This record gives sequence, C-alpha cells and structure tokens, in this order.
Amino acid sequence: MLRLEDVTISQGGFLLQADFEVQQGRKTAVIGPSGAGKSTLLAALGGFLPLGGGKLWWNDVDITDATPGKRPIAMLFQDNNLFPHLSIAKNIGLGIRPDLKLTPEDHLRVEQALKRVGLAGMADRKPGELSGGQQSRAALARVLVQDRPVVLLDEPFAALGPALRHEMLDLVHDLSEEANATLLMVTHDPQDVRRIADDVIFVEGGRAAAPQPAGALLENPPPALQAYLG
Amino acid sequence: MAQRAQPIIGTTGIAAGGFVVVAVLLSFLGIGLRAELGRGIEPAEWAAIRFTLQQAALSALISVACAIPLARALARRRFVGRGVLITLLGAPFILPVIVAVLGLLTVFGRTGWVNTAFEAIGLPTLSIYGLHGVVLAHVFFNLPLATRLLLQGWQSIPAERFRLAAQLNLPPRMVRRTLEVPLLVQVVPGAAALIFVICLTSFAVALTLGGGPRATTIELAIYQAFRFDFDLARAALLSFIQLFLAGSAALVALWVIPNIPLSAGLDRAVRRWDARGGLQSAIDACVIALGSAFLLLPLFAITLAGVQGLPQMPIGVWKTAGNSLGVAMLSIALLLAIALPMAGWISTRRAGGAEAIGLIGLSASPLMIGTGWFILINPIADPVPLALPVTALINALMALPFALRILVPPMRDVLTTYDRLSRSLGLNGWPAWRWLVLPRLRAQIGFTAGLTGALSVGDLGVIALFADPDRATLPLQMYRLMGAYRTEAAAGAALLLLAMALALFWVFDKAGRWHAEA
Amino acid sequence: MRRTLLATTLLLASQAGADTPVLTVYAGDYFTSEWGPGPMIEAGFEETCDCDLQFATGDLLPRLLLEGERTKADVVIGLTSDVTAKARATGLFAPHGQDNSALTLPIEWTDDTFLPFNYGHTAFIYNETTMDAPPASFDALLEMDDDVKLVIQDPRTSISGLALVLWVEAVYGEKSGEVWTKLAPKILTVTKDWSASYGMFTDGEVDMVLSYTTSPAYHMFAEEDFTKKAAIFPEGHYFMVETVGKIAQTQEPELADAFMAYVLSQDFQQMIPTANWSLPAALPEDQWPEGWAQLALPEKVLFYSEEEAESRKDQAIETWRNALSQ
Repeated sequence: MLRLEDVTISQGGFLLQADFEVQQGRKTAVIGPSGAGKSTLLAALGGFLPLGGGKLWWNDVDITDATPGKRPIAMLFQDNNLFPHLSIAKNIGLGIRPDLKLTPEDHLRVEQALKRVGLAGMADRKPGELSGGQQSRAALARVLVQDRPVVLLDEPFAALGPALRHEMLDLVHDLSEEANATLLMVTHDPQDVRRIADDVIFVEGGRAAAPQPAGALLENPPPALQAYLG
Repeated sequence: MAQRAQPIIGTTGIAAGGFVVVAVLLSFLGIGLRAELGRGIEPAEWAAIRFTLQQAALSALISVACAIPLARALARRRFVGRGVLITLLGAPFILPVIVAVLGLLTVFGRTGWVNTAFEAIGLPTLSIYGLHGVVLAHVFFNLPLATRLLLQGWQSIPAERFRLAAQLNLPPRMVRRTLEVPLLVQVVPGAAALIFVICLTSFAVALTLGGGPRATTIELAIYQAFRFDFDLARAALLSFIQLFLAGSAALVALWVIPNIPLSAGLDRAVRRWDARGGLQSAIDACVIALGSAFLLLPLFAITLAGVQGLPQMPIGVWKTAGNSLGVAMLSIALLLAIALPMAGWISTRRAGGAEAIGLIGLSASPLMIGTGWFILINPIADPVPLALPVTALINALMALPFALRILVPPMRDVLTTYDRLSRSLGLNGWPAWRWLVLPRLRAQIGFTAGLTGALSVGDLGVIALFADPDRATLPLQMYRLMGAYRTEAAAGAALLLLAMALALFWVFDKAGRWHAEA
Repeated sequence: MRRTLLATTLLLASQAGADTPVLTVYAGDYFTSEWGPGPMIEAGFEETCDCDLQFATGDLLPRLLLEGERTKADVVIGLTSDVTAKARATGLFAPHGQDNSALTLPIEWTDDTFLPFNYGHTAFIYNETTMDAPPASFDALLEMDDDVKLVIQDPRTSISGLALVLWVEAVYGEKSGEVWTKLAPKILTVTKDWSASYGMFTDGEVDMVLSYTTSPAYHMFAEEDFTKKAAIFPEGHYFMVETVGKIAQTQEPELADAFMAYVLSQDFQQMIPTANWSLPAALPEDQWPEGWAQLALPEKVLFYSEEEAESRKDQAIETWRNALSQ
C-alpha cells in the first residue's frame, strides 16, 4: 500500500497537494488538464522531486527521503527510457543489477522477460535498430525484471499510434496482473482509462484527489472532470 | 526535506580538481623552500612582460582574422578531398614546436622557398625575424584551432536560415549582416581569448624567430633566472606573474570560449544558395589555396628534410621514440584520470568557474612545476626514475584545458538526458561511468586522448633537467643530435616526431569513433 | 616506458648483488648519447679499474644545486668555466689532486679544484664556397656589409653566447656598446642555444655562425667536408674550457682520484678530440690525432679569470641587450 500523508509538492510557484492511499495491486489512471501536475505527482513519487511537506509511506516504511533507485518503484518516462549505446539485453540487465554483473540466472531472467514481451531473439540489438513499439516492449521488459511492487508510467507510449498504444496498454495490464503490481499511469485519453484502470486520480486546481473507482467516476463525473472530458 | 541530489557520477571530480591545484601549488611551495628573497622586477623584465602581452594579443587577433575567410570558404564550398584537407589543416596545432620552427624557416627563412621565389620574379624579400616572425609562427600554430572553432560556428547556423536567405534573394552583403556577423560576434572573442592564453606562455618560438633580446618573453626570463642565474626566488616571482596574467586572461576567456568540436561532422558542408557568383567562388578558392599553402608547406618541408636524414639517424633514436611513446601513453592515462572526473564535476555545476582550474597547468611554467617537484621529491626519493612520470603529468596538465573544453558540453548533455533513467535504475558511481558516460563520450574521449598524446610526444618538457641516459625522450634526443653537429639526423628525428604525433592523434581519434554507437 | 622501468629495476638489483664498486659520474646531457664521449670514457676507464662507471646526465649545475648534500655524484664532468664559480660556492667539491703542469692549454691554469679536460675558442664559422671575403679580423667583421648575416646565441641562456659578450668585452672594453651597435644589423637572429644557431648555418640561412674554432674539425673528420672554416682574428679569441671536478663527500675517493688521473692520461686525451670535437687539455700538439694540427687556431687567446668574468658578466650582457634592443 502506497500512502501519501499530507503531501505538498512545490516546484517554482506551482503547488500540489495530495493525501490518499493506493491499494496494492490496483491499476490507477492519473488524469487532469495539461499543466495540472500529473507528471509532477509521478516525479515526486519516483523520488525526482523533494516533497515540500508531508510523508510518503510504502506499507509501514517511510520512503520520503529514499533515493529513486531505493524506492519500491519502477518508472517509465515520456522519452529516454533506454540507453541507445547499450544492447537491449544490457538495457534490461540494468534493471536487475546497475553494475551489470549478472549471474547465469540473471541472464535467464532477461531472456524470459524478452520472451514475455515478444522480443525473443532481439537481445543483441541496439534500441536504434528497433521500431518504436519494440522499444516500448523492451522498456517494459526491464520493468518486469526490476520486479518492483509499484510501477509508474508517465505517458511512455504517447508517441505511438492508437493501435500500438492499445497493444502496449494491454501488455501493461497483463503484466501488472501477473505481478500483482500497483500501477499509476498518466493519461489524457478516457478510452485508456476504461481499457485498464480500476481507479482514477483526478489532478486539478493544485490538488490530486484520492482514487475513485474508474467506472463510476466516468459514468458520473463531477463538474470539473466533466469540463475536462468535454 | 530531501537533500540536494548527488550527481549520479559521484563527486570524484572535486578531488581531481583539487589534485591539479595541489600539484601546482606544491611545486611553488617546493621552489619557495629553496628561494631566497630577491630583487623586485627590473626594467628588462617589464619589457619582457610588455613584449609577451603584445605578441600574444597580435597573434590572437591575426589568427582569428585569417581564420574568418578560411572558415567561411571551407564552410560554403564542397570539393573532393575537403574532409582530408580539414583534418590535415589541423596538424600544425599538434606539431612539436621545435619541429615546426625548422619547417617555417625552410619556407619563410631568409633563404627559404618564399624568398627564393620572390627573388626570382624580382620582388623584395621578406624577413621572418622579429615581432612579426613570432606572430607568424603563432598564427601558424593557432590558425587551425581558430579555423576549427569558426567552422563549427558556421555549421551551427541552421540550413533553414540559408534557405530563407535564398528565398528572399538576399545579396551577399545582407547574408553577412543577418547571418554571419551575429555568429562572429558570438564566436570570435572566445577564440581570440583562448589563443591569447596559449601564446602568453610561448618560449621556443619567440627565441629563434624573435630576432634578438627585444623578443624576450616571460617564459624566457624564467628560464634564464632558473637555468643561468639559479635565482629561484626570481624564477618563482616571474612564474607567478605569468600565472597571474594567463590566469586572469583565462578567467575572462572562460565566459566566452566556444566549445572545441570534434572533427566528425565538420566534413559536412552546409548547403548554400548564396555565394554562387564567379567572383565569390574565385575568392574562396584563393583563400583555401593560400591557407593550405601556409599551413601545409612547412609540413612538407619537414618531411622533405626528414626523409633525407632518416638513414643517418642513429639506432638510439628509436629507443627514445619508445620512451616518448611511453610518456605520451602515461600522459593520456593521467589526463583522462583527471579530466573525466573534473568534466563530470563541472558539468553538474551551473557556473563554469571551476573550469578555470584546468587552465592552471597551462598557465604555470612547466619548468617551474618540474623543478618544484624535484625539490620536493629529492629529500624523500631519487627523483631521476620519476623524471618520465613527472614529465607525463606535466604534459597532461597542459592538455587539461583543451580536454575540459571538449568533454564538458557533451557530458552535460548526457547527464541531463539520462539523469532520471539512471536514478530510477539506481545507476550511480562507477557503473554510471562504465555503462553510461564512457560509452556515450567515446568519440570525445578518443579525440582528447589523441590530442594529448600528440601534444605530449612533441614536448621537450622538464625531462631535459634530469634526463638519465636511459630516459631520454625523442625531442631531447633530437636536441642532442643538433647539439652534436648532426643536423641531418636531427631532421630525420624531427620527421619521426611529426609522424608519431600525427599517428597518435589519428589512432586515438579513429578508435574513439570506430563502430561508434548511436 | 615499462621496459625502461624494468631495465632500471634489473640494473638496481644487479648492483645490489655485485660487489663491484660503482663510480657515479654526472655529465652534461650530450655526453652519454651513443655518438658522445661517454661510452668511450666508460669503456676506457673500466678497463683500468675494477669498477662500474655509471653516468647520470642532465643539466649539471641546476641539478647539483638542487640536490646539494644529497647528491649521488662522485665526479662531475663537463662543467664549463662560466659555471665553476657557482659550483665552487656549493662547497661540494674537493681539490682535484692532479698536477696542473701536465696541462697543455694556451693559458696558464692554476685552479686546483676544477681540472680541464678539453678546450676550444669562440669563433665565427663560415662556408668558404659561399663567402668570398671572410673577415680577417674582428674589426673587419664589424665593417662588413650589413647584408652579411650572422646568427649568435643569447648570453642569458647559452654558454657560447656568454663567451661572445665576454670576448667583445675583452677585445673592445669601453667601446663594446659601439661594437654591438655595428654588429646589430648583421645579426639575423639570436637563438636560445648553440644547436639552433648551428642548424641555421648548415641550412644556409646565415653566412656566419658563432661557434668554436674546433667546429670545422667535425666537418673535416666526420663528413670529409673541408669547406667550413673558422675566421681567425688577430685581436684574439675567447677561451672556452670544460672541466672535471671531484665531490668531497664521495664514498669512493680512490676511484674518483683514479678517474681524475685517467682524464689526464694519454688514452683519454687522444680519444677526446673526435669524441667531443674539442682540443685535448693535456696533450702536446704533435700527439694530436691525425689531421688535427691542420685546424686554424688563434695565436692570441683571451680569458677572464672566474672572478673577473663574474664581475664583468652582468654589465657585458646589459650592454649587449641595450645595443640589440634599439
């Protein structure tokens, strides 16, 4: 369980407040108008922005001051999710050990992850030799081997076409089901929400609301959300 | 409240920067231990300071002034062998000074090629000796650097701008005003400042081409104080003056010095729609021909004399070439060990002031650093076996400012682009170097290593003070040959030196770009 | 690099193992190159002693001054007369213990610390195929057309350059300033050291170079080139000598003494002319190597004692500098 306790995040003149819990294994979409602070929220959870106040808990552990790599979190960004000079296998291996001193078992895990995302046989390719969709799969394979209970997606598939994006979301859905991972993903598209999200966090007006069940919320949106959805 | 995040590549750069400062300061301390209080600055030394500043300023201005038409012509013309020409034009910068002077004399000397040709067609002859000789030599060395900096500037003008200029059918004068002048205003001051600092510490060049005691530089006065009068206090005082002048010029320069670009990418000519007229083409062709002749003829002269001298070269020269290669390799290793962490440190800081540390090694007199260390080491250990390592270290310090200029900007790019990804993976410390920084900067590292190796192999350095029979370097051996009447064999050694410098540069630069990834 | 280190390590190890006494001789940088006099001296001396002679090269005086009491030298060879005063002042040297009457120098030598081993004189060298009327005297040199170009060395950085200003001082005294003013337009350039000057001369860049009376010997005997000549002036030529000295605190006093004696031996003296392109300091002219007597040498030799040279040096350099800075 991920708990945000009276959290405030300030960046420049911008202020965002949040105070809620995300239950283990829930898939949560983070939606809201541009500039409302969706990415800022994820960056703070990931450890890239210091909190202006409040506490961040993972179960009973205070992770407010933990460095990004030490959090129970795997994260994918809008871009630069792979090192272009390293092979796909090495990129994924970094998710197991950052010094890449991999045991034979580790190598096996990399291979299985590649197979699971449909990239078997591509281990030695460089990211530049893969298509956009394949690159996303490779990044997901790394999330898989990282084996963290929480996964944050900051629109990593934004540059893909609709069909490919849906394919990726389905893959994300299946992977988090299998791992019982807690998923938080930023999105603009209500369709995406319907596709995989259990809950929705609506970010607007300097506040990130507590997660609401997705179906009910989309059926019957409050005025602010209604305005956003149009 | 979380603390400010540590850079993923660690903070060893602070230690490396500290090492540089300490290495130089300790050497001054060493001198200070042995120095007795001396006289103040005398009129002759004031004259040396004035001359040093004057020639450095003129050299910087003229180098840049000549580089403008050359870079411009190279930027807008495409011809067969353009890439090779640009690479070759860089050679004078890495040429050992003693070798270069020989070549310059053959071409521009009293009985050199140019004057022989002038005489044949009834023109008055030119004299290379005097202030203008010193400046000519400095322009020869630094024109390649200035041209490279400006060429990079020209190529940074987006092709779209030229397209727009073509669309509006702007005449050449307007192209200059709207596109080229703003660029020059940006790049020229930095290039001039950098060359000014390099020329401040000039020693060997000023001596042979200076024409007499008017052309006395501070570095010569240091040599005299140390070598002839053995007046350490005076040598130290003059070194401080030189350090101060070069250091303050460097500090000013740092704010305006442009980045040193790789040779890669420069072989691409920007597609231009202007400057198509016959006159403009002819002018560009002339400029390129003249520039190439100026920079390449002395190289050709060195090669010609050297080929004749090679058979007369004693076998011992090859052994010293081995020593020089060893010194160059050690210099490269030391340089990278210092420059990479420092570049990492500097590129994670917002202000650029830290880079000034890199200029200390270039501004301080190598003779003084070497002597200082001799004094410090002597009571503890025999300094003679350390002569080659100390030489290598001093050579590395002199290459440091160039290395930082080359490494810092791309390092900053890499660290910005991949900072989050690295942090989220817990990639930091050595693994971050191993898997992120080193592979991403391979081309720049190769370029830096090549430059350092070439500069180091040609440097006489402090080895002359303490050289043992077994520890002579190639430049020293070349001097020895010259000192034993063997001028022709010395020319052979000079050619070997030239070949080694170019080969070292080529091999490392190539290795850096070999199978370059993404 | 690694091989050098390895070789040094092996060398040190072998020294430690053997009981052969070692004589450490500091020598000028040029000494130990394969064409220099070092290898022959080493072989010659080791034949007469049961010892190992090891050279250490470098910039002699600065190195001695820097090392001071900690110097490892037993003997120092190659100190020129312009640095002997500073060397003497270090107090590191002991009397040489040899009989000065064995010397065959053109001047009287009374120094009991520094022992000469070879000598020469300053002279301007020219190529007789390109120079029709070489000057027959110093006065004639001054009166030459300004188109005749000379190259000299800087007295502030070079021994021969310093000898030149003392030469002018010895010949012209008070009038040195005028002499330099007359020479100035003929001086193409001033180089830091002798090598650069001489290279410009052999490349044909200048007509005359400041060098030594013995320079033609190299061309004669090593290259069979008889066109390079020294211009001999009746006003006299400045004497230049190289000496050897014994370090007082040497651990091997007998060996050091033996080496000093060896320097005066016929063996050494007959070898030194062609090894170091200089005149032997203790060998009658009739015993010089073949052909050496043909060398043009001056009748009159000028020389300032150590103290005198020291007291005149600064003023002479200043006169030179002022005249050439005009």
